[in-house]
Amino acid sequence: MKRSKISISPAQRAGTIINYFVLTLLAILCLYPVWYVAVASFSDSNLLMQHNGLMLFPKGFSLSAYERVFSNPMILRGYGNTLFVLFFGLALSMLLTCLGAYFLSRKNVMFRKPIMILIVITMFFQGGMIPTYLNMRDFHLTGTLWGLIIPFAINTQNLIIMTTSFSSIPDSLVEAARIDGAGHFTVLFRVVLPLSKAILAVIVLYYGVQIWNSWFWASAILREREMYPLQVVLREILLQNSLGGMSTGVGVSDTESVAMSIKYATIMVATVPILCVYPFLQKYFAKGVMVGAVKG
Amino acid sequence: MPNRVVSSAFSSVKKPSPEAHSSFQKRLVKDWRMNKSLYLLVLPVIIYYILFCYKPMYGALIAFQDYAPALGFARSEWVGFDQFIRFFNSVNFFRLIRNTLLLSLYLLLFSFPAPIILALMINEVSNRKFKKAVQTITYLPHFISMVVVCGMITDFCISTGLINDIIVFFGGERSALLQRPELYRTIYVVSEIWQQIGWGSIIYLSALSGIDEQLYEAAKIDGAGKWRQLWNVTLPGISSTIVIMFLLNIGNIMALGYEKTILLYNPATYETADIVSSYVYRSGLLEQNWSYSTAIGLFNSVINLILLLTANKLSRKLTDTSLW
Repeated sequence: MKRSKISISPAQRAGTIINYFVLTLLAILCLYPVWYVAVASFSDSNLLMQHNGLMLFPKGFSLSAYERVFSNPMILRGYGNTLFVLFFGLALSMLLTCLGAYFLSRKNVMFRKPIMILIVITMFFQGGMIPTYLNMRDFHLTGTLWGLIIPFAINTQNLIIMTTSFSSIPDSLVEAARIDGAGHFTVLFRVVLPLSKAILAVIVLYYGVQIWNSWFWASAILREREMYPLQVVLREILLQNSLGGMSTGVGVSDTESVAMSIKYATIMVATVPILCVYPFLQKYFAKGVMVGAVKG
Repeated sequence: MPNRVVSSAFSSVKKPSPEAHSSFQKRLVKDWRMNKSLYLLVLPVIIYYILFCYKPMYGALIAFQDYAPALGFARSEWVGFDQFIRFFNSVNFFRLIRNTLLLSLYLLLFSFPAPIILALMINEVSNRKFKKAVQTITYLPHFISMVVVCGMITDFCISTGLINDIIVFFGGERSALLQRPELYRTIYVVSEIWQQIGWGSIIYLSALSGIDEQLYEAAKIDGAGKWRQLWNVTLPGISSTIVIMFLLNIGNIMALGYEKTILLYNPATYETADIVSSYVYRSGLLEQNWSYSTAIGLFNSVINLILLLTANKLSRKLTDTSLW
């Protein structure tokens, strides 16, 4: 934002400095907990236990926590299960969302509005947790990873963001293709989608993050631990204190300190992949927020 | 946020006025002939909504039954409002409603304005690199999954944890912070601010960038200082965004974060931590009181819907801004 710099009073200068200072402080507060976890995960577990207060650098250096984490088959299996759900979940979600958005962005369709209302209602009123669970049971979706994919295939907010975006494509392009004899599927895949790459990226990311982060339904419907996606495994380790054999061979007196190190290392293993990519993807995420906002 | 789209999606595409003389039936036939393949294409989407959104709504009718899985929906006994009355009379009722409303209130008071303030501050920054850096760093917590965030909170809050180290440094005493009911809401709200302040500011920043620069110039010529500009130009410029976001928050009052609650609370903190939705989870999925918990959930959704509709109506009257 460019503001013409006419006279800057001392008060304004002070205000600017305070603003920069507070923002820096805020950024540090946002970053530090993550930094602390990173530093602690590389620390020697005994030194870490003795240390009190803030840390800027590892106390000692040890990778033994990471060795223990990577030797835990549950974490790798959790990654595998999460990738399975990501792959099939994204495919199904994107297909259905594109179909829905294409329909809702077409003009001259009699039942467009009633169907739109039918869909929007679900944003403000849902059956609730228990009926949702019983519904999954009716379809025999409990106890399988498909239960994490099919019932959550469409996120209505994403569908509406996509609809808004599709609506901004000039109607003449679609009509021209239709007159040339192209079916709706062809129009969708050959005309609309190639023009919507940016929004497709946004929605893929939204669904991806949603799937990656979800744990609740997995913990509610899955019975076998072999099926647990990563977040449910993490929950066991971080919050239910079951280290799944990762602390074997540790003396009783060291159990607590090693457990802490393992937790920190686990957090890193589960978070670093995302923290590495998000700075490059954030503009796409932000774009989704904007599409939702600007057009309103 | 995206809900604003709802209104636009309704209005952006105007249906053509029907030819005055053609009857409904004629239009129906014509529409079917023209758009048959379009309806086929959307069929999977409609089936999805019916099976996974509307069927559970219908399934919520077990709230009026004494549902037994062995008998199924069709043969379970209908008991009217018994389950609701049981909930209203239960010892938990007052506590759950109080906890839910208080937590929502604190979130609205502290967590809701935080991103607005951050956006206003970032907007004043003229150094592009600094701006970008602050934005990227404050977005970071948003990308950490809920389970990991709660794992971090738990680790920091144990009696040997980081926060206790800091408390001791300032002369306090060590305690297991997550076992203390009086601290639970503070921990919840502070961590919520940490998670959402950066990400939440995006929408306000985009609204701020839409304010006409000439308004600022005009205000300056009129001799308005920074604060006057803030009150008379900036805030009015983003007020509709604030109202919309506020309404969406209202729409979330009763439905607020059961995931985070379930991850953070424990029997020692139920007194302040247990909210309606987490109780539905315990009573329903863990203890399998199907009808009772469904009734509580239904009661919760209805209250929530009423709050949202009322707030939306009020807002339309007072500020001309509404969700639909």
